[in-house]
Amino acid sequence: MQPATTAARARVLILGYGNPGRGDDGLGPAAAARIEALGWPNVTAYDAYQLNIEDALDVAGHDVVWFVDAARTGPSPYGIEVLAPAASLAFTSHLMRPEAILAMAHHYYGASPQAFLLGIRGYEFAFVEALTQAASGNLASAVDMLTDWLRAPAASPAS
Amino acid sequence: MSDLHVDLERTSPGPRKIVIDPVTRVEGHGKVTIRLNEAGEVEQARFHVVEFRGFERFIQGRMYWEVPVIVQRLCGICPVSHHLCAAKAMDIVAGVDKITPTAEKMRRLMHYGQVLQSNAVNFFHLASPDLLLGFESPVAQRNIIGVIEAFPEVGKWAIMIRKFGQLVIAATGGRRIHPRLCIPGGVNQNLAVENRDALRADVDQIIQWCCEALELHKRFVSAHHTLHETFASFPSNYMSLVGPDGAMELYDGTLRAIDAAGAPIFEGVSPQAYRDYLIEEVRPWSYMKFPHIRSLGREDGWYRVGPLAQINCCAFIGTPIAEMARKDFMAQGGGGLVHATLAFHWARVISMIHCAETIKQLLFDNDLQGTDLVVTGQRRPEGVAIVEAPRGTLLHHYQVDHNDQVTMANLIVSTTNNNEAMNRSVTKVAIDDLTGHEITEGLLNHIEVAIRAYDPCLSCATHALGDMPLVVTLEDADGAVIATKVKQ
Repeated sequence: MQPATTAARARVLILGYGNPGRGDDGLGPAAAARIEALGWPNVTAYDAYQLNIEDALDVAGHDVVWFVDAARTGPSPYGIEVLAPAASLAFTSHLMRPEAILAMAHHYYGASPQAFLLGIRGYEFAFVEALTQAASGNLASAVDMLTDWLRAPAASPAS
Repeated sequence: MSDLHVDLERTSPGPRKIVIDPVTRVEGHGKVTIRLNEAGEVEQARFHVVEFRGFERFIQGRMYWEVPVIVQRLCGICPVSHHLCAAKAMDIVAGVDKITPTAEKMRRLMHYGQVLQSNAVNFFHLASPDLLLGFESPVAQRNIIGVIEAFPEVGKWAIMIRKFGQLVIAATGGRRIHPRLCIPGGVNQNLAVENRDALRADVDQIIQWCCEALELHKRFVSAHHTLHETFASFPSNYMSLVGPDGAMELYDGTLRAIDAAGAPIFEGVSPQAYRDYLIEEVRPWSYMKFPHIRSLGREDGWYRVGPLAQINCCAFIGTPIAEMARKDFMAQGGGGLVHATLAFHWARVISMIHCAETIKQLLFDNDLQGTDLVVTGQRRPEGVAIVEAPRGTLLHHYQVDHNDQVTMANLIVSTTNNNEAMNRSVTKVAIDDLTGHEITEGLLNHIEVAIRAYDPCLSCATHALGDMPLVVTLEDADGAVIATKVKQ
């Protein structure tokens, strides 16, 4: 069933990132896949191994962005953080933070979407293409929350 | 404001000790340890990569034809390089020594798109803030946003060149993430005409932007000649693939290694023979192996790979604009090699030009619309392949049993090849910049600048929240910690 509220009008991006070949690091892509399967026309969901600069283009084209990542620490089943643009410089290109993507979207495209980081708690990050049972439970809770939010968006989703 | 988190603590008796919030030894973070001698001088510096070593075992037991897809799990930045390298190795296993022209050119097109976009990310996002804004500029401004504000066109180049490379990957592999082009013995599709035409429409602009980036970078070098020559620099051996005529070659070829004077150490080495020429040493303090040239031993046999090595090792570049740029670049060496560590960046931009030019050539080659895609052969038990990935020489070696399952996998990734060189660059920075027992922001900053030149591939590729800080520790001659600093 499609959302009937403002989510039907807002353009929402769900960007799940992580490596499904590394156990619970696949939580982000798994969440994006479940949201994509809903098929809601105003919601774009895709996954990436890692964030990268061209994601700024997609971010700039949406009103609300949810970055979804696995979390090694923090609350279970998930934690939510409101994000603001913040540029940074890492020592390797193998690290790009969502705040940096938002900064690029803001500075280069003049876009300032509302943005959240959904960190789903994971536990095992070995070379295996499967989520742990505990992480799968956390994923279900996180997707339920996200689905509810997409049906009735709130400015500050409850963690 | 810097995002360093430092608490100060005094121990008594003994040296001043700076302690940080506990940092878990998570996979993927970089750790630098600087050891002082009894006189308080820098004795050595080590760049540790805290990385789970297990992806070879991850591949064991897989069916050999699955491997080109599975290995993309190794790295979120270079999945295409692993995809292509594994496919080349599995061509050998499948008994195929030569794939069809359409298959080879499709793979080349994908590869050059990957190298182009990855080098663009490195140059514009990692290097340009240091180079264009200055090493000593405030951390809060020294990032891509600061660059965009000072040089608005650079931000556009960064995004659009990266996007173009990703479009090349999507056009050849079906999608920009997790592409699936290669199968043992060939490829599973040719290039659709509509994709070819879309890429043709943009490629000249991409070449132009790469050339403008080169000119911008050369202005930095002119203005900071001594810094460019000396920062974290030293003479070294180099290794890369070259073509049969000595041309720069990123997809296929034979290995060439040269010494610091440019004399050949070996050349014409087939990937299958790598173990006759290279040896991988394990050291107890590092998760990452130390490959070196067998004939020279561990002390003298280390080498550098990557864009600087690709240009130092080749006799010429086979595309006109990049070849002109190579000649200009090599003039720095006064007839010899270029050894400056910061020259990795200059070389990287030349590589971008070469990739863009090669992509253009391929887009006007009708073989890309051919329909002869796969060759079959007599199964073999073993295959080795090498490509020049964006960060340098990448090797995949597999053994496959009668059930078509992989029984052994050995991967030497570019960052592993540069392991010793990164240690030496960090040591050079520590010797030049460390004063007293304090890890200053300036020292931390310069260590990062040195590491960025190599752009090490660290995590391959987990990045769960909280990962990948850079930790720098200063130790006295007995190994006691004097100071530690963490850059998140």
